[in-house]
Order: sequence, then structure tokens, then C-alpha cells
Amino acid sequence: MAEENNLFELEIITPDRVFYQGEAFMVEFTAEDGDIGVYKNHIPLTTVIAPGILNIKEQQGEKQAALHAGFAQILPQKVTILAEVAEWPDEIDKNRAEEAKKRAERRLQSQESGIDITRAEVALKKALLRLNVGR
Amino acid sequence: MASLRDIKQRKSSIQSTQQITKAMKLVSTVKLQKARHHAEQANPYFNHMYQTVTSMLARSGSIDHPYLKSGASEKKAVVVISSNRGLAGGYNSNIVKLLTGSGIKTEDVKVYAIGRKAMDGLERKGYEITADYSDVMDGPTYGDAMTICKEVLGAFSRGEIGEIYLAYTHFKNTVSHVPTLMKLLPVEFDESEIANADVSIPMNYEPSEEEALDRIIPKYVTSLFYGALVEAVASENGARMQAMDSATSNAEEMIGDLTLKYNRARQGSITQELTEIIAGAEAIS
Repeated sequence: MAEENNLFELEIITPDRVFYQGEAFMVEFTAEDGDIGVYKNHIPLTTVIAPGILNIKEQQGEKQAALHAGFAQILPQKVTILAEVAEWPDEIDKNRAEEAKKRAERRLQSQESGIDITRAEVALKKALLRLNVGR
Repeated sequence: MASLRDIKQRKSSIQSTQQITKAMKLVSTVKLQKARHHAEQANPYFNHMYQTVTSMLARSGSIDHPYLKSGASEKKAVVVISSNRGLAGGYNSNIVKLLTGSGIKTEDVKVYAIGRKAMDGLERKGYEITADYSDVMDGPTYGDAMTICKEVLGAFSRGEIGEIYLAYTHFKNTVSHVPTLMKLLPVEFDESEIANADVSIPMNYEPSEEEALDRIIPKYVTSLFYGALVEAVASENGARMQAMDSATSNAEEMIGDLTLKYNRARQGSITQELTEIIAGAEAIS
């Protein structure tokens, strides 16, 4: 197990609340260019977040959440994630996510004109992510 | 002098009005507590956002980015946040006055209205109402702010509008609400704020700096929208609470006045009756 002095400050803030505040060994999330994992003393980096699973490793164990959009500011001693939407697994409405998934899939398959493909794709991604985390 | 019955009627009508204003005051007090809590929760997000964006701009110096300069169009989009319901004192009319007194030409303004009251007021004054999002005011969420932001930013990047303003009521504290008109795009920051921003740590951006700005500025604008929405809700309820409070105490005063008048009239009529009886008795004897 990682030692005490490998902890860094982690803050995750959404518009409605302070989602998480504490000390962590590692945080993992999906950035625009793929998954990244951050330990202490990471080089300073500001990156845009893509929908994905957020993993926090802290002293008490591991925590998982769904992270939909936002950006992260990484400093050697501190990571701040400004998330537009973030949810803990127990906050996810699985039935709603299931429905959203079906709806998005139908839209993508229907091939009709006037359908915003990118939007449907994003909706599908979000629904899948919710289902993944919520399980 | 008004008759006894008239005074009594008037008094009871004021009393029932007072009951209504009293109830409305209580309701808005409760709503204010909730709205204020909400506004406070939104604060850290916004502060961080502001810090990040200023420090990004401080580092990057003068980059040539569409969000940082005025568009070609003369048109100015103004997002006006007011309320759907009245009886909030000067809350809605102050917002309308803010815009009419701002010095922006009426024909250049495209109003994106959130809240029916100011929308109606502006429409009467000849402003062009482009969109109406009044339903949002019933309980603004971050998603609502995103929808509106997308719409307005879309118009900006299509070149339909050159500048974006936001008119809302800033919630300073429970008794003080300040109507505020602020410029959203092109983004303008206080030079001193930028100079003060912490640039000692070199920062890397992923994707490139321009792309990151491209993504983050809309988020910044959205967070401003959201902050303004929750503050406006708090201000609305604060304003209504104050208005209803003074209405209730006015009613109290009027009732006191009328009670005095009523008693005087009652006494007057008793005195008159007595004099009449005595006069009659004297005439007989």
C-alpha cells in the first residue's frame, strides 16, 4: 500500500456542490485523448474531460463515480476537477439510463435525416457510462 | 364622515389582504433560505472556474481567439433574467430600467428572456425578443444554463450577434440586491486580476492551449449563466419578502387608522342618539 506522504489533495467540484474533497493516492479519469491516471507530483496540466469512470484511490480504499464533462487542473500537490456533471453510483437512476440508452441507439439506427448524430452518440456514451458505474 | 358600515367593510378587506401578504412573506422567506443555500453551493465552482480562466489568459498572453474579440455584427444579445411572477417590489422593473438606461441602442438589442415579467416590459418598449426561456425560472438547473448557453454561443459563432451581455440581479445579501449588466463575450478580464494570477507554475495544456480555451470558455460562460440564475432566484425571493413585509406593515397601519375612525364614528353615533333621546324626553315633559 502506498505511504502517507504519497497523498495529494483532491477536489471535485460540480455546479451544485463540492462533490469530493479529500486526500488521495491516485485519481484516474478519462481525458479527451484517453484515460489518465494521476499520482502525486504530476507535471502541471490542464486537460478537458471526456465522459468516463472516475476512480479515486484513497487511504480507506477505492471510490468510483461517473464523470461526464468538465476539465481538470493538475498541480504537483493538488488536483482540482471542475465537473459539469458527476454522480456516485448510488445516485444513478438505472432505469432512466437504460431508457436513454435504448433511445439513443434507436436514433443512431434510424438513419433519418435531421438527426443529430453527434448528440445521439454523446447521449449513448453517457447512458452506457451510467450503467457501467451504477452496476 | 364615512358610515360605520363602510369603515367596517374597508377594514375587513384590508385585513384579508394582509393575511395574503403575510402568507406570501412567509413562503418567500422559506424559498429565500433554499435559494440562498443553492447560490452558496454554486459559488466554489464559479470561483475556481474564474481563477482557472484568468490564469490561463495570464499565461497565454494575447492569443487570437474568436471568443476574445467582438464579432462583426452590430447586434448585441442580452440575456435578461427576471421572474415569472410579480409582487416583488421593484425587482422586475429595475431590470427593465437597467437595460433601457444602459445606453445600448434599442434596435441593436436581441433579448433572450428568462422570466416573463421583464420580457413583457421590454416588449412594450420595443425591444426584439429573440427567445423565451421563462420556464427555467421555476427551478434553474445547470442543464438549463447549458441549453441557453449553447443557443447564444451558437448565434455568436454564426456571426448573428457581436457581443453578449447578461442582465440579472446580483444577490448581495438578504436586503440588498443589485441589478447588474455584465459583458460575457468577448471575454474581458480585469487587467489587474490577470496580473495578480499565479503564473509561477508552468502549465501544460491538453489538447493545445487554443483548443483548451475553446472548450473551457463556453463552460465558463455557462457557469456565469448558472450563477446568475441561482442568484436571481435568491434576489427575487428576497425582493418579494421585503415587498410583502412592507405591505403587511402598511396594512397594519391602515387597520389601526380605520379602527380609530370606526370607534370614533361609533361613539359619535351613540352620542347623537343620546342627545336625540334626551331632547325628545325634554320636549314631552
